[in-house]
Amino acid sequence: MADSLRGKLAIVGAFDTAVGVVPGKTPTELCVEAALGAMADAGIGRSQVDGLITCNAFAEPIMYHAEAVAEYLQIFPRYCFSVNTGGGTTFTVLHHAASAIATGMAEVIVISMADSLRSSMTREQAKRVQSSTGHPQFEQPYGITVPAYYALIAQAHMAEYGTTAEQFAEVAVSCRAHAAGNPTAQKREPITVDDVLASPLIADPLHLLDCSLVSDGGSAVVVTSAERARDCAQAPVYLLGVGEGHSHEHISQAQNLTTSGAVDSGRLAYEMAGLGPGDMDFAQLYDCFTPTVLVELEDLGFCDKGEGGAFLQTGATRPGGSLPVNTHGGMLSHCHPGNPGAMFALTESVWQLRGQAGERQLPKAEVGLVHGQGGIMSSHTSIILGREAA
Amino acid sequence: MGAGNEKILPPVTALTEPYWAGCREQELRLQQCDACGQYQFYPRSICSHCGHNELTWRRVSGRGRVASFSVVRRPMSEAYPAPTVIALVDLAEGPRMMSSLADADPDSLAIGQAVAVDFAEWSEDIFMPVFRLVTEEKQP
Ligand SMILES: [Zn+2]
Repeated sequence: MADSLRGKLAIVGAFDTAVGVVPGKTPTELCVEAALGAMADAGIGRSQVDGLITCNAFAEPIMYHAEAVAEYLQIFPRYCFSVNTGGGTTFTVLHHAASAIATGMAEVIVISMADSLRSSMTREQAKRVQSSTGHPQFEQPYGITVPAYYALIAQAHMAEYGTTAEQFAEVAVSCRAHAAGNPTAQKREPITVDDVLASPLIADPLHLLDCSLVSDGGSAVVVTSAERARDCAQAPVYLLGVGEGHSHEHISQAQNLTTSGAVDSGRLAYEMAGLGPGDMDFAQLYDCFTPTVLVELEDLGFCDKGEGGAFLQTGATRPGGSLPVNTHGGMLSHCHPGNPGAMFALTESVWQLRGQAGERQLPKAEVGLVHGQGGIMSSHTSIILGREAA
Repeated sequence: MGAGNEKILPPVTALTEPYWAGCREQELRLQQCDACGQYQFYPRSICSHCGHNELTWRRVSGRGRVASFSVVRRPMSEAYPAPTVIALVDLAEGPRMMSSLADADPDSLAIGQAVAVDFAEWSEDIFMPVFRLVTEEKQP
């Protein structure tokens, strides 16, 4: 069964709205705009869509979110729901969509997500709603912020493996270097390790520039079966492997602070694809905070456990490196509108694999890995995408 | 969504009331499993080790060690002082809990340091368990 979804699903449309500070548009409007853009990219009309997956928006929660978006679009799907696994949502729903297509529950599925954390919420509201991942009785009352949750992981990694603040900062520097080549990125001015360390401490050892952005934006893809994909307007991008790992919800309950469920999600995805970390031409790794990427590099097998810091310092993840990471700039430099954040890593991967990434196009982009995680390293999904179905 | 000048108070349930009653009496209480003898945190209706559904509240030592920590420089809201030290504490009886470290010098913290529980009065009903650094010789 490990290969049951390999090569069966293709992404045939991809679209991002304007991102960063996008005032005057509600999350629903951004979600609809993204969906229509991805359908146009695929050459798929509304009447051909029989599946819709969304995620709820913090800035505009709707009880029946996907149904409301379907109604707005006037599409009438037979497969329709919204998902919330935080930052893992993007790739979790891609996994569900692949299963739905393989089992005939739907044939053409639009996955669209948007939020407006920057323009439709106060900073305090955004902080509070994001930190609600904590246990309401036994964590949240202490006033712990989201950066501080991740700082607990960073401190533990530093104590266990000798990782340094300079090594975490390398992630931010690398993402910014990629963003410099992306005209849509919210932050494009190059930064150095010293700039990161000189930025204000938010939650030790994390500085301001170790933290992702707060943004508005929407993004969507259209997925269908490999057979149907051949009739679409764009070259298909195939799903080769997918796996999930869910180890805890609350960080105080994590069995291991420095090794995550990415070990499980990665192993399952590699097994399905019949590929390993060394086969990846790029990786888009969830980067809510810099330590997240360092742990993911280790847990997904791009370097040994405890060697993430040294690996980053080789420059491997930067433009021109042996494993470019977050080629659009990631959530550290491109944009981060909350739960949809990893969608932009997915659309970027589609463009890289199609050869449509413009100035930042990688010289070799045959196969790549995308990884999302939600909660506090709680809910992991890894996806391997490729230009060829097998 | 609470007002910016109010701390987040724990929503106490029937199952967790003995924990918070203990805090009001300056005692840290954990559930111990009647079947396997293991302690657990947070309180649940079942044992997180063996699944047994009979558990007994016990007063525990309140001693532990810092498993990790962070100094929160940008607080959640005005209700929380900054800097505040948040910590994961490995209790002597086994479970790990989140708490804050009271009166800790942010520059001299380290993972593994010994701590002991104390209680901060937040309201008539809520005394929050917090921890203070203790010298090693006091650690049993
Ligand atoms: Zn038990």
